[in-house]
Amino acid sequence: MSKQLSTKFGDYGGMYVPELLIPALDQLEQAFLNAQQDPDFQQEFKSLLNDYAGRPTPLTKTRNLVSNPKVTLYLKREDLLHGGAHKTNQVLGQALLTKRMGKTQVIAETGAGQHGVATALACALLGLKARIYMGAKDVERQAPNVFRMRLMGAEVIPVNAGSGTLKDAVNEALRDWSASYQDAHYLLGTAAGPHPFPTIVREFHKMIGEEIRAQILEKEGRLPDALVACVGGGSNAIGAFADFIDTPEVQLIGVEPAGKGLHTHEHGAAIAKGTKGILHGAYSYIMQTPEGQIEESYSVSAGLDYPAVGPQHAYLHDIGRATYESVTDEEALNAFQLLARKEGIIPALESSHALAHALNMADAAEEETLIVVNLSGRGDKDLAHVQQFLKGDTHNG
Amino acid sequence: MDRYAQMFQRLESEKQGAFVPFVTLGDPDVETSLAVVEALVAGGADALELGIPFSDPIADGPTIQKSAIRALEKGVTPRDCLAIIHRIREHHKDIPIGLLLYSNLVLAPGIDEFYRLAAEAGVDSILIADVPIREAEPFMAAAKTHGIQQILIAPPNASQATLQQIGELSSGYTYLLGRAGVTGTETAADMPASDLISKLHDVGAAKPILGFGISKPEQVKAAIEAGAAGAIAGSATVKIIEQHLDDKAMMLTRLSEFVAGMKSATNK
Ligand SMILES: Cc1ncc(COP(=O)(O)O)c(C=O)c1O
Repeated sequence: MSKQLSTKFGDYGGMYVPELLIPALDQLEQAFLNAQQDPDFQQEFKSLLNDYAGRPTPLTKTRNLVSNPKVTLYLKREDLLHGGAHKTNQVLGQALLTKRMGKTQVIAETGAGQHGVATALACALLGLKARIYMGAKDVERQAPNVFRMRLMGAEVIPVNAGSGTLKDAVNEALRDWSASYQDAHYLLGTAAGPHPFPTIVREFHKMIGEEIRAQILEKEGRLPDALVACVGGGSNAIGAFADFIDTPEVQLIGVEPAGKGLHTHEHGAAIAKGTKGILHGAYSYIMQTPEGQIEESYSVSAGLDYPAVGPQHAYLHDIGRATYESVTDEEALNAFQLLARKEGIIPALESSHALAHALNMADAAEEETLIVVNLSGRGDKDLAHVQQFLKGDTHNG
Repeated sequence: MDRYAQMFQRLESEKQGAFVPFVTLGDPDVETSLAVVEALVAGGADALELGIPFSDPIADGPTIQKSAIRALEKGVTPRDCLAIIHRIREHHKDIPIGLLLYSNLVLAPGIDEFYRLAAEAGVDSILIADVPIREAEPFMAAAKTHGIQQILIAPPNASQATLQQIGELSSGYTYLLGRAGVTGTETAADMPASDLISKLHDVGAAKPILGFGISKPEQVKAAIEAGAAGAIAGSATVKIIEQHLDDKAMMLTRLSEFVAGMKSATNK
């Protein structure tokens, strides 16, 4: 066996799962380590990313969005990736690992449906059978994505338990996996969960940051002052940050969903308002009661509606390498509309959180500032939901 | 001698295996739960395995999930659960009482404090469903400090290295998984588990009690014939609570009958 990866980021992370799942996680770690050393695997992954998914994605300088002349704002256009969000990157990587392990089925959870769509497309392409757990509430608010997944041959299983959102979909996927690990890979969709998922997901998304570095150097001749990404479980953010962690002059900013406000209970800001604990196999910041029961999160954006955060973000927060801010539903909805009107780009509600924070920074900037926002996905999936909101109908399922 | 060792010694002399029912504490409410546990003991339970309800029980199937929800909807807290155990312990000095729960409930008050409170309530063993051996160190240290036995799980897919660790570290009993998957009677335990049982014996593990997918006396009999020291039935027991929520007297009668039926299958 080649050497094992570290299972923790400081105190965070780990493998807090039933003993039964340990062999499956060890097998995954081994397959990943071997694949990272295998030029054929790397070649196949790269060619799928480039020729199928459309990498590299552009880095677009906004023209009209920012009124402060001292500020230059770029968008990393993961919205243009096949599937409509960054999710496709790491899904292709894990789908290849699934085949490498000789497994024929894929289990996934999805919130916004973007990870489900990415999983469905990769499984259609690579001949894998996909079953995707989705909270019943999310099935409702992300209906177009449910149809997309089904069109591409995936089975979508609504989860009614608990809050009927992402957290409950993860629970159900883990339960399925504990009975099916021999033939099925659990293709976890964010940089959370037990080791080795946070590491694998980061490594399979880190081209986002590598491309940003090369593109901004080419366009501006310097690195950005700040890199801003939304944080649900943390995959698009860690993919954008990874290449810059050892470049301290670039400020890394994660944006959590403040929902109806951090003073309410209706938000999903695990770092800002949560406490340390274990959810879904990892020790991290989570939203919980004093007794340790997990609290339900809330966000207008299904993809950020998760009461925990990936362990590496908890670590980056504690050591001060990244800062974590939050943005309300209302601010995100405003940014959503503003980008559509000013630049002709309709962002995902998730990504609108990152954008909203960048716009707040831009308003406040007194010096020359170069900001890159990771525009993690496009907003097609959110149109009906946003339309409802804008009609003044605040019913959100 | 600890209560599990005493129990196994007694059973040995009576030529019997152990039958251990599981229920979620506080299901359907604190007072009924106390009566439920009394009914299990009255039916002839050799030991008790008691769950603390958790919001996100990833190792549990629908039946035990629902029992946790019933308790949580009544506002049952871990402290309420330990208070129930305290009351049971006052009436039953010798019966081994095991706690089965999830790691975040242990972390909330602090690992050491949780084990201290559990020991004070009269708990003999703790099994944490989402703490595998490789994460168990701080939990086992607290267990040692407070005289509690940390129960380890032997899954059917355990590697030789894992079995070796169970041999070194297990105490009380070893929770032998009858099959992969989550709790529930939807899928029966695979029998016989004799291969895994003899491997556990070879590494010197604490006596194995078979759980997951056990709902019938024949399965208890088969488990004991395969060399297990006993059997645990969770979902099947909890199902009886679920089926008689509007008739508590019937619930308690049926629970005692169920335990008696399962217990009668433990003769060697
Ligand atoms: C477009 C988009 N951005 C962000 C997220 C949040 O996930 P993560 O924090 O893993 O990037 C999602 C999740 O569904 C998404 O669809």
